[in-house]
Amino acid sequence: MNKDELKKILGDAKAVSLDRRKFLMFGAAGAGSLLLRPGDAHAADKVKSSAQIVIAGAGAAGLAAASYLVQKLDGAKITLIDARKEHYYQPGFTLVASGIKTAPYVVSSTRDYLPGGVELVEEGVAEFDPEGNKVVTTSGKSYPYDFLIVATGLKLDYAAIPGMDTEQIGNNGLGSIYHSPAKAEATWRAMSGFADKGGVGVFSRPATEMKCAGAPLKYAFITDDYLRRRGNRGKAEMVYNAHNKALFSVPIVHEKVRMLFDDRGVKVNYERALESIDLSKRIATFKSPVGPIEIQYDFINVIPPMRAPDPVRNSPLPWQEGGWAKDGWIEVDKHNLRHKRFANVFAVGDVAGVPKGKTAASVKWQVPVAVDHLVATISGKESTSVYNGYTSCPLITRLGQAMLIEFDYKDNLTPSFPGVIAPLEELWISWVMKTMALKPTYISMLRGRA
Amino acid sequence: MKDLDPLVFVAVFQEMLGPLLWVMLLLIVAGTAAFGALLLKERTINSKRLLRAEMAGLLGGGLALVLMAKVSSSGFTDAGGPADWFLIAMVFGLGLAGTAILVYTYLGWRQPAAR
Repeated sequence: MNKDELKKILGDAKAVSLDRRKFLMFGAAGAGSLLLRPGDAHAADKVKSSAQIVIAGAGAAGLAAASYLVQKLDGAKITLIDARKEHYYQPGFTLVASGIKTAPYVVSSTRDYLPGGVELVEEGVAEFDPEGNKVVTTSGKSYPYDFLIVATGLKLDYAAIPGMDTEQIGNNGLGSIYHSPAKAEATWRAMSGFADKGGVGVFSRPATEMKCAGAPLKYAFITDDYLRRRGNRGKAEMVYNAHNKALFSVPIVHEKVRMLFDDRGVKVNYERALESIDLSKRIATFKSPVGPIEIQYDFINVIPPMRAPDPVRNSPLPWQEGGWAKDGWIEVDKHNLRHKRFANVFAVGDVAGVPKGKTAASVKWQVPVAVDHLVATISGKESTSVYNGYTSCPLITRLGQAMLIEFDYKDNLTPSFPGVIAPLEELWISWVMKTMALKPTYISMLRGRA
Repeated sequence: MKDLDPLVFVAVFQEMLGPLLWVMLLLIVAGTAAFGALLLKERTINSKRLLRAEMAGLLGGGLALVLMAKVSSSGFTDAGGPADWFLIAMVFGLGLAGTAILVYTYLGWRQPAAR
């Protein structure tokens, strides 16, 4: 069959493809695929190239980028660099910390998803040298490139909270779901202990950019639900400290969460960011406009400040001015992820200095756009692909229910199922997607198949 | 961008179910074919057999809901709105119809109706 025929068939298939409502007929189980919407790589012709492409970081963004590049390029030398051998399905960390899943649910091996022909270097990147078009690994080996995709993810800066000790997560009411699969499980033990006894539960988010800004809220809702289920809600006080004047960056979502917290009796304080913690006395100190405020807690979910990894921060790649310069987020165009000063460099995933967009769903939308622009450059063309900031967050509001929140750079809600799945409604179907469909969709994305 | 690529469906369901996907598809295709062949052969619907199949179907629908609750760590009691009732109806309906057709077909081929 020649390629034109194939294209026509695929085109016809798309023309008769299901609209979103009919799609529901196929079961919500597959519906999560819409959150990580399909790219158009399948029908594309391969571009011949001998380019050397280095991808720094083999997380969701790095692996997806490698898979897309392999599909689009013929002959390019693609090198993935990442020291960690395990792959973490990070959207599952909340479920582990909620006792719904166990740690193995979120842990697999990077090599399971490594596309054929891509070299994996199991080392960390020590230095980015965009002027010399090379990266240097921790062993001192140099990797020159024609194109660089930075997908290092971010650094959880626990050291920025005096008194914090990640070894203690799980002990004495200390939780922290982001640290690792093991610590997410330890956090579940601490939270479950709190749900058995009651006391003061303290929740917050850092004053930096962060991955999945819905997670701190989800965890407060889930803890509230466990307290209720165990009949101890009356013995507990729940406090949520927001870092600025909003609970969520999208105003309409903020309002909804504010109403839900009000309904659940979760006390909200604004403009408070965790400054330090005394683990033995269980006192958390928050920075506020009126000075430091101490809270005695029985359970706390510590979410550390998040920043670009040190090798990125120490390189010329970050924003040089503005709000993102301090934490080292990479200076890219928010619509195509291309570096503003180094045209052969792209940044995707958490490390990209763009508004919103630090979720797996954003990765799914960012990677095809960045790859399309990269491949267009190779073939001497212009790409018209645009990333509009699409981010999604199944915001769990109790066990068994979630709000399927999808939005873009403009703070618009962008529901995949308008009129069917209301984005600001607590629904079982949204929970079903989170627990059943998201992981398979995510894995398909890593393989470049979704 | 809101178009759906059928290949994405296949990929996602493959990740979700693994080899079970192909077993299920085979069951659906073979079951439907056997059902069609039975109808063609008998050129009628056997009402007694249909009733038995429908009774089994009710059980199948219930089982589908239980299975759904198990794999999603939740249940239909968590329903919060119309989309959820629709999902419940769909899961139950698919379980019911699938089981009924399979049972009807099985009974039909095992003990052909007396003419």
